[in-house]
Amino acid sequence: MGKLKLKLTFDKDCVTRPIIYELVKKYDVMTNILNANIEYGNRGNMILEIKGKDENLKLALEYFKDLRVKYEIYAEAIIWDEKRCISCGSCTAVCPTQALTMGKDDLLHFDKDKCVVCQLCINACPIRIISVEL
Amino acid sequence: MRSIAQINEKIKKGKAVVVTAEEVIDIVKEKGYKEAYETIDVVTTGTFGPMCSSGVFINFGHSNPPIRMQSIMLNDVPAYGGLAAVDTYIGATEVSQKRGMEYGGGHLIEDLIAGKDIKLHALSNGTDCYPRKEILTTINKDNINQAYMYNPRNAYQNYPAATNSTNKTIYTYMGTLLPNYGNITYSTSGELSPLLNDPYLRTIGVGTRIFLGGGIGYVAWQGTQHKVEVERSANGVPVVNAATLAVIGDIKQMSTKYVRGAVFDRYGVTLFVGIGVPIPILDEEMLKFVSVKNSEIYTKLVDKSGNVNIDKKFNYAELRSGTVKFNGKNVHTAPLSSLYVARNIALTLKDWINRGDFELTEKVTGLPFENKVNSLEIREIK
Repeated sequence: MGKLKLKLTFDKDCVTRPIIYELVKKYDVMTNILNANIEYGNRGNMILEIKGKDENLKLALEYFKDLRVKYEIYAEAIIWDEKRCISCGSCTAVCPTQALTMGKDDLLHFDKDKCVVCQLCINACPIRIISVEL
Repeated sequence: MRSIAQINEKIKKGKAVVVTAEEVIDIVKEKGYKEAYETIDVVTTGTFGPMCSSGVFINFGHSNPPIRMQSIMLNDVPAYGGLAAVDTYIGATEVSQKRGMEYGGGHLIEDLIAGKDIKLHALSNGTDCYPRKEILTTINKDNINQAYMYNPRNAYQNYPAATNSTNKTIYTYMGTLLPNYGNITYSTSGELSPLLNDPYLRTIGVGTRIFLGGGIGYVAWQGTQHKVEVERSANGVPVVNAATLAVIGDIKQMSTKYVRGAVFDRYGVTLFVGIGVPIPILDEEMLKFVSVKNSEIYTKLVDKSGNVNIDKKFNYAELRSGTVKFNGKNVHTAPLSSLYVARNIALTLKDWINRGDFELTEKVTGLPFENKVNSLEIREIK
């Protein structure tokens, strides 16, 4: 089993296709839409997490290529500048998946695996030390 | 009974027993109040939170020919031009005219403390004695004269926790509050917090020597909106925002570890300020006060969408746990002030006292203990 976090960019031709349905049906992947901004008949983009067998994930990427859907793979979710962090905890107020939590040591902890790249923490951080790598 | 003079004698001899406001809790648990009182001379406290009512007075020194600065920009952040020729005050919440709230007074103060060069641009009408009309140069903390922090309101004795009843996210000085009571934020170092450990201000007053931003500072005055006639728990601890301190200290002694510029999203710029106050254990009553625990410190909940008090109190042990029950649901809680740095401040202050570098002071005069806070009414202009 593997997991990929992708940013997809569609042009107007693909916006009308039921891409998520086809992904699930054809390649047996679990999909989780983390963010979507799609206008019918126009361009759109989506942050999508897909889980499945490694070979199926590869096929899913081929499928995007065939459809001419541009994809970028998130190599790393969120970049947290731990050295400059003051562990105030403001970001934990908005983190929907508890990827950012206050530890027993009262330091901020970041669990990459739980992060869904929703990016809410970026602006919630008063010290501006969280960013996203695209 | 024990006097501050006696405590200072012990500090000089390296014999004073100093513990933090967290450490004292376990000592009391083990030894009881009486024995703990006999052992402990000083308890140190600490807090590191966003404190908007903060700023720095600066004297730049005179140029040749001299200028009487009227419009003053520091890294494009406006500073006050209504003082003498080369004096100014830069407030933490002022924002850059070029970068908006991504850079403001708070960041400028942090950069000044870091020793960075800062662009100074000032204009003047010019006078016979101050002919120069414009100056453009750089300054840093080593080439200016005085630079002292004077914060009109810091170290709030408790503060209400915040939530949001509306169906839209709101952006506040209490952080980002999610719709439909989606989260609760709070800002305190709780059992470590200076004024929560001396609820009736028995030992803290004008002239009290403190840790401020990494250097030595003093309590200058009551803080603005200082309020003492408030609802309290049986242990004397206020359950709402109450006493405040105006504090003063030399920024040339300070460190960016304890002073940080900050932005609250779509709200504005502020400054995280580190403050530590030593509390002399004069008698058993003081020891009881400083041994207060998070589970015994309550705070009210406020709906920030309309600034409405909600009839609900939580204690800081509950809020610290990360989840509280509210309206029958589990609601996620998040802090805004750094307990980690607050603890570091209390430990640093403890270390200073242990090394004999920091002696305690008698207050020159107490902070008011009877007052009311006025609100600003809309009055007719005659």
